[in-house]
Amino acid sequence: MYALKSVAGALGAGLIGFYLGIGGLGAVRALAGYDAWDTEMSITFGYVFGVIGWVMGAGMWGAWGREWFGLRTYDRKAPGWQRYFVFNTDHKVIGIQYLVTFIVVFLLGGLMAMLMRAELTHSGHQLFSNAQYNSIMGLHGIMMIAVAVAALVGGIGNYAVPLLIGAEDMAFPRLNALTYWLIPPVALTLLCTPLLGGIETGWTAYPPLSVLTNNAQILFDVAIITFGLTSILGGLNFVVTIIFMRAPGMTWGKLPIFVWAMFATAWIALLYTQGFAVSLLMVLLDRVAGMSWFDAANGGDPLLDQHVFWFYSHPAVYVMVLPGFGIALEMISHFSRKPLFAYRYAVGALLGILGLSGVVWAHHMFTSGMPNYLHGPFLVATELISIPTGLIFLCALGTIWMGRLWLTTPMLFALAVIFNFACGGVTGIFLADVPTDIHLQDSYFVVAHFHYTIMGGEIFALFGAIYYYFPKMTGRQYNERLGKIHFWWMFIGFNVTFFIMHWPGIQGMNRRIADFMSDLNTANLIVSLAGFFLGASFLVFVFNMVWSWIFGPAAERNPWRARTLDWQTDSPPPLENFPVPPVVRGHPYDYGVPGSVHALFPGRGAEEPPRPPSTFPGAAPAPAGGGGGGGGGG
Amino acid sequence: MALAGTAAHAPEHVVHDKAKMKLVGLWLFFFSESVLFGLLLSARFYLERINREEVDQLLGLGITCVLLLSSVTAFTAETAIEHDRRKLAGWMLVVTILLGTGFACGVGFEWGTAHFSKEQAFGSIFFTMTGIHAAHVISGIGLLVLTWFQLARGRFSGKDHWPVSGTVMYWHFVDVVWVFFYPALYLVK
Repeated sequence: MYALKSVAGALGAGLIGFYLGIGGLGAVRALAGYDAWDTEMSITFGYVFGVIGWVMGAGMWGAWGREWFGLRTYDRKAPGWQRYFVFNTDHKVIGIQYLVTFIVVFLLGGLMAMLMRAELTHSGHQLFSNAQYNSIMGLHGIMMIAVAVAALVGGIGNYAVPLLIGAEDMAFPRLNALTYWLIPPVALTLLCTPLLGGIETGWTAYPPLSVLTNNAQILFDVAIITFGLTSILGGLNFVVTIIFMRAPGMTWGKLPIFVWAMFATAWIALLYTQGFAVSLLMVLLDRVAGMSWFDAANGGDPLLDQHVFWFYSHPAVYVMVLPGFGIALEMISHFSRKPLFAYRYAVGALLGILGLSGVVWAHHMFTSGMPNYLHGPFLVATELISIPTGLIFLCALGTIWMGRLWLTTPMLFALAVIFNFACGGVTGIFLADVPTDIHLQDSYFVVAHFHYTIMGGEIFALFGAIYYYFPKMTGRQYNERLGKIHFWWMFIGFNVTFFIMHWPGIQGMNRRIADFMSDLNTANLIVSLAGFFLGASFLVFVFNMVWSWIFGPAAERNPWRARTLDWQTDSPPPLENFPVPPVVRGHPYDYGVPGSVHALFPGRGAEEPPRPPSTFPGAAPAPAGGGGGGGGGG
Repeated sequence: MALAGTAAHAPEHVVHDKAKMKLVGLWLFFFSESVLFGLLLSARFYLERINREEVDQLLGLGITCVLLLSSVTAFTAETAIEHDRRKLAGWMLVVTILLGTGFACGVGFEWGTAHFSKEQAFGSIFFTMTGIHAAHVISGIGLLVLTWFQLARGRFSGKDHWPVSGTVMYWHFVDVVWVFFYPALYLVK
């Protein structure tokens, strides 16, 4: 039982490391004449050694660590389902590990949201004390941020990028496995925070509160620094993979748009994630070592934390949303049976967002007391970002225009991304403008805005991508009817919840507070009921996924008749992805362009031409000038 | 595309330039690390009201020289292994390890004798920046020891010496960071 060995080894070595860290620190402290036990310092040291023990015990020692000492390495080749529980270097396994882990985290975070909405059905206190509410709110925030940062990048990105570029794996497979195996300790540590009193600072961990609050903050700090490390290492891996692992003929101009989006995302993760780590490190040092980074009485400055923190955390928004845009454009092109409109502009827009993402962070700080002369530049820089974002919208609309849309579940989700993000973008203008932001700052308007962008933009794209790749990942087809029910249920629930949520925000309802003015009772009750409705929609999703993975009909190699390389191999793909390495000839999105071939498989013949399936709406009479989609499917 | 014509009996797998990938990966890691150090450096200048306390200038100059010298020996070790001169490479690694340890001890001595407290803003800056840098130096020493250990067991050669090169590059990077940290902590007001 390799799986048992791996998981038990990880837990065992992790616990041994945890106690060794505490014991070692205690010994050093005792020798130096201090108390052996100092809660926060002991937990920090225990955590560090515990995480090292965890990854080594999970199999990193055998697969990698032995090499550092000149010993022979070995892999645990686990069969069947067990391969998901070992230190597996196959990018397809890692992608699925990421996805399943983060769906679980997503559902837990969603449960927290339900608890919050239950508290907010009526003014006054219903279920929780203020501290409990803060703890639930903080956990919801950080868990959903983690899902948004890592589920699409780590899950779909890991799974799809090597397939899309015709590679056999990522550039650094063992590093890839390490980035996944660092996730479970992070999740467990975050879930332990209520044991030490719960996070009181929300996911942003602003000082001075984060320096003064209870011990749970220390767990939050070390967990998120680790999470940042996985994000950096993952980004590094993607950049090198995309530069060096492309199949012969896969030039930069022929790269699928999702790969371009992942390229921009990976750079952002690589270059900015340090900001979150540094801000939390300063908080950690203030707490553990008694330093004064943020203590104004001793020369520190709490605003420093906000600058450093948002230096990462605004670009992080693009880590969340760029892959969402990428996969949405990808699906829109395939399901409109049309070439991606203005491909080069879409690429330019993705890189433009990458360039601008680092110069807009202080728009989160208009009311923080930073110097007034910074307001103008950050207002302008922030609104400049709407230009590349608008380009991506135009590319999506131009692709849909006159296309013959095949409204499968993934396509519905991709269209919803465009709709939702448009709402989020429009409300963003009010938050980027200093005069309106001063009124709306820290209200439920902000909550509604960022749920429209992150949940409406990225989580919808994530679910679309899960449906899109489900046949490839599992070799089975999901239930289309249940998928559509899930989509409409989630789409309506989401829009009702968060559209109405703008209203109490404009009326001045503060976010992150368990109570509100009683004249907003009705609006909040509606939002809560719609929120429960939204939450229930994921039961359909979970049922569909579990049922279809076990009992679903076998999937074809290319159920979507897509042209990209990922669909030209078996479902699920063999270990080496492409038994015959592909040689790329043409553009991936040239639907309906006569004679165009995306890839050749020497010895296997050309890829099968994209034929429309029987359920394809192109079988009906096409609208005038109907885009020439579907390889003559009219 | 010429490849497609000749690829009828293509090799089973496309051969990737693994050495170059590792090199670029390491450089990307340095980019990312330099953001970490850059943020700490920016934070030092952001806290504008602080005054730099008196530090031991002679000690600072001394450990800086030791660290810069260790870069020279590290470079010599790498060049030596490229020319298959394993004995010289081994000795140069040992000298680098000793110089690096000397630097770390110098920082430790500075910590012990500093007359300012970590509870003042300058103390926070000084101890954090030197501490983070020293942590990198110590991890670099660890890598050098592992590399030396494998070299002593006869592993590397002129054609296969990536771990030596990677470790030495990391050592240079840590040095370059100090070139920015030293003036910020010891020289400017």
